[in-house]
Order: sequence, then structure tokens, then C-alpha cells
Amino acid sequence: MSAILNDETKKVLVTPLVNDNPITLQVLGICSALAVTSQMSTSLIMALALTLVTACSSAAISAIRNHIPSSIRIIVQMTIIASMVIVVDQILKAFAYDVSKQLSVFVGLIITNCIVMGRAEGYAMKNPPLESFMDGIGNGLGYSLILVIVAFFREILGSGKLLGIEVFKLVKDGGWYDPNGLMLLPPSAFFIIGLIIWGMRQWKPSQAEKVEYKIMSIAHGEGGHH
Amino acid sequence: MPKCKHMEKLNATLEQYEQYRKFIIYKDKVLALGNDSLEKTIAIAVSLCLVCAVLVSFAAVALKPLQVGNKADDMKKNILDVAGLLEEGANINKAFSDKIESKIVDLETGEYVENINADEYDQRKAAKDPAQSISIPKDKDIAHIRVKAKYAKVFLVKENGAIKSIILPINGYGLWSTLYGFLSLDADGQTVQSINFYDQQETPGLGGEVVNPKWRALWKGKKVYAESDQPSLEKGLISEADIGEPALSLIKGSVDTTKPGSEYQVDGLAGATLTSTGVTNLVRYWTSNEGFAPYLKKVRTVKEVKS
Repeated sequence: MSAILNDETKKVLVTPLVNDNPITLQVLGICSALAVTSQMSTSLIMALALTLVTACSSAAISAIRNHIPSSIRIIVQMTIIASMVIVVDQILKAFAYDVSKQLSVFVGLIITNCIVMGRAEGYAMKNPPLESFMDGIGNGLGYSLILVIVAFFREILGSGKLLGIEVFKLVKDGGWYDPNGLMLLPPSAFFIIGLIIWGMRQWKPSQAEKVEYKIMSIAHGEGGHH
Repeated sequence: MPKCKHMEKLNATLEQYEQYRKFIIYKDKVLALGNDSLEKTIAIAVSLCLVCAVLVSFAAVALKPLQVGNKADDMKKNILDVAGLLEEGANINKAFSDKIESKIVDLETGEYVENINADEYDQRKAAKDPAQSISIPKDKDIAHIRVKAKYAKVFLVKENGAIKSIILPINGYGLWSTLYGFLSLDADGQTVQSINFYDQQETPGLGGEVVNPKWRALWKGKKVYAESDQPSLEKGLISEADIGEPALSLIKGSVDTTKPGSEYQVDGLAGATLTSTGVTNLVRYWTSNEGFAPYLKKVRTVKEVKS
């Protein structure tokens, strides 16, 4: 086991969870994170699909990385990613029809998810297949973690349920909880992701971006017309 | 002669091996080329496309039967849903075959067609087949569907032999896509029970709200045809002369239920004017003489619909 999980593998598997999270640090893959997180079940399936696609496409790209002509590099990556996504979509349609109906276009849009392309271009083109596979899994899990956190708050506050099971009894069913309709709409994911990013950067100040320029404060008596 | 056969076989195998060796040599040659050479670029592109194409087609073909089954189940689920018979966790196939009766209707005459097997008939497929479809004249094509099947498949829910609901397949163009769905009417052929759309690609959150249960609930009790004298089930049947024109439509904003005519109006979808117009048009089309009006006329004027 330790032979498989050498230091590099461990690093690529763990760092994307918190220290180098694709959503909170790199701010990639936001589009689908807004769209599919109104329920836990769709988020979990989406997270699983993206993790699989990222891992498999990274491994495949890495396996042929030494033979990819640089002039058609991006197209080769896209072809591999797109094929994986279509296969995943077909599998979902066959084995999880209801979920695939809810996810609708967003499974297809994994192709354009920046995380997948980013890992292919940033890691898999330079590293061996096993590490690339693990890197894909790691980044997929990092994405999944945020997706599940967002979906947790949206589903429980928006419909009083978790994975479709009632947690808070709603007012209309004679309970006490009045659901927050905003939580079911995509903008709420923006707020939650924003709060998570803020929390992360408070906890780990090194993640905060450096201020690119400072607005000069106008010092008294200097350069002004008096 | 057997010796010769063996020789032939051997020769063929040798030839195959020779070709294989040539391929290996060519492969090694190409792989040894510079990555940016034209030959290698083309070879990599072609072989990658081949591998990916095989992978994708394999997945699509191998999983097709499961997907078709899922689609059929989903359709049944939608029919049960529009009839108000969908129970969580119940066996859909069993519920469908127990409670729902499929019937083929000739759209032109409104008569049932008995010589077609209703279980195997696929109206959407038939609409695409020139032999089984009718093209709609442009001035009458308010739903923008261009063709319709000659025979439609309707679904009946019966209770103790009497019809409880009539479920009509409807379709029409919205903003981005053709919406396919079902309209369920009471036995009077006039009062709406429910509507749903099982296949649509309208904008999620705006036009896509046609699937929202809250909005769909607004349809219950609305009337399809404008008639001064509202016949009720208790009062009995309506005479043919009293049958009105299709009047049901979506309006902008919310319906004021105190105003006369509100029974023909449903709230429009906020932010989705074109989808709302599309839904109005498709409901009106399918309840007009082009659609199910001849059939509904029979249901409404004949004491007992032959089944």
C-alpha cells in the first residue's frame, strides 16, 4: 500500500481538498456548482461524475503525453475528455435516469468544466499516469467537498430535507419550518461559496490573493494644489 | 487436397503476420518521429479519433436497451402522474397496466381505431413517418409542429366501468424546443385535471418551470371550451350545438379569480413569455378541430363512449 501511496501521490490526493481547492482557491467550476446544488442527490452524482471524468481523462492524457503533438494538444485533450463525458452521460441515462434528467445539460457541460481541462493541461501533461489519475481523484474530491457543503445548506434551508428525507417539518405540512425560497435559486450558491471562500482565507491567510496595487492615500501637504 | 488447404491457411496466416509486422514497424517509425512532424500529427489525430469513436459507440450501443426501457417507464410515470395516480414507491408497470387503458383515436373522425395494437403504437414515431402522418397547413399550425400523426394514442382511467379521466398527448413549440406532454381532462371532456410535460428543453428556472408542481396545480378545474352554459357531470350531456371554441390560455401575471372568464385562464410563467405563448398555442391546437375536438365532441355528446 505504501508503495502505491508514495509522497507525491499522497500530496496530489490531499492538497486539493483544502490547501489547493479547485473551487475555493482556484475559483474554477463555479458554473456547475451553482446549478446542481439545490439537492444533495444531484450534487453527489455530479461530484462522482466529475471526479471519474477528471481522473480517467487525466490518466489517459498522461499515458500518451509524450506523443501528443503540441500543435493539436488542446484538441487531443478535449477529444479524450468529451469521449469520457459522453460515456458517463450514457451510463447515467441507463442506470440513473431520474438523476440524469435533473442534471440535464450539466453532465454534458463537464466537458467545459475548467477543473478537468486545468488538470489535464497543468498536471497530466507533465506527470506519469498513476499520479495523474490520483491528481484527478484529488481535485474531483476537492470539488465534491464544496459541492456537498453547498448542497447541504441549500437543501436543508430551502426545502427542509436532506437527500429527500424530511429533517425540518415544513409549515405547510403542519410543522414549524418556513423554507427559504432563495436557497433553491442559483444565486444562493454564490452566497454560500462566497462565505466558504471568505472562511477559508480567514483560516489560512496564505490563500488570500495579494493586493495587486494599493490605492494611494492622499498625504497631506504633498503634491496637492493649495 | 487436404495438404493444399493447410498450405493456404498457413499462407494466409503468414500474410496476416507480415501485415501486422509492417504495422508495428510503421507504428514504431511514427512514434519515433518528432512530435511536431506533420505525419505524426495526422497519425495521432486519426488514431485518437478512432479509439474515442469506438469507445463512445460501444457505450451508446451497449446501453441503448436500458435507456429505452427507462424512457418507456418515465412515460408511464408521467401518465400516472397527470392522472393523479402516481404513488411513491409503487411498481409503475403494474400500476399502469392495472389502471390505465390505452386507446387509438383517429384524429379526423374522433372514432376509436380498433385494428391497431395500442400498446405497441408510438405516436411520436408515427408523426415522423410520412405514411402515418399528416402535414399541417401553415395557417392552422399554431403549435408549430408541422406534422401530426394520423392516429393519436389517448389514455383512459376508468372506475367501475365509467371513465374518470381522459389523458391526451399534446406537443408544440415553446422557445427552444418542442414540448411533449399530457393534458388530463375530466370525463366531461371540458374540465382540466392536470397537465405535465415529460420532454422539454426550455430555459431552466424560467420556461423550464412548466414542470413545477406548483404551477401545474393552477390548471386544476380550468375549462377548455368557452361555453355559456357549463355542463356538469350531474346535469348530464351537452348537445353538439352548444360546444364552444377552445379558450384556455396563459395570461401575463396572475389570474383574478373574481373576474368572469378566469376559468379559461392560467397564470403565465414569469420571465418566459415565449414558452407561455407556446403552451397556450399547443393547448389550443390540440383541443381544436385539428386536434382532439372531434374526439372530445363524441365523448361529450354520446352517453356512453364505446370502449
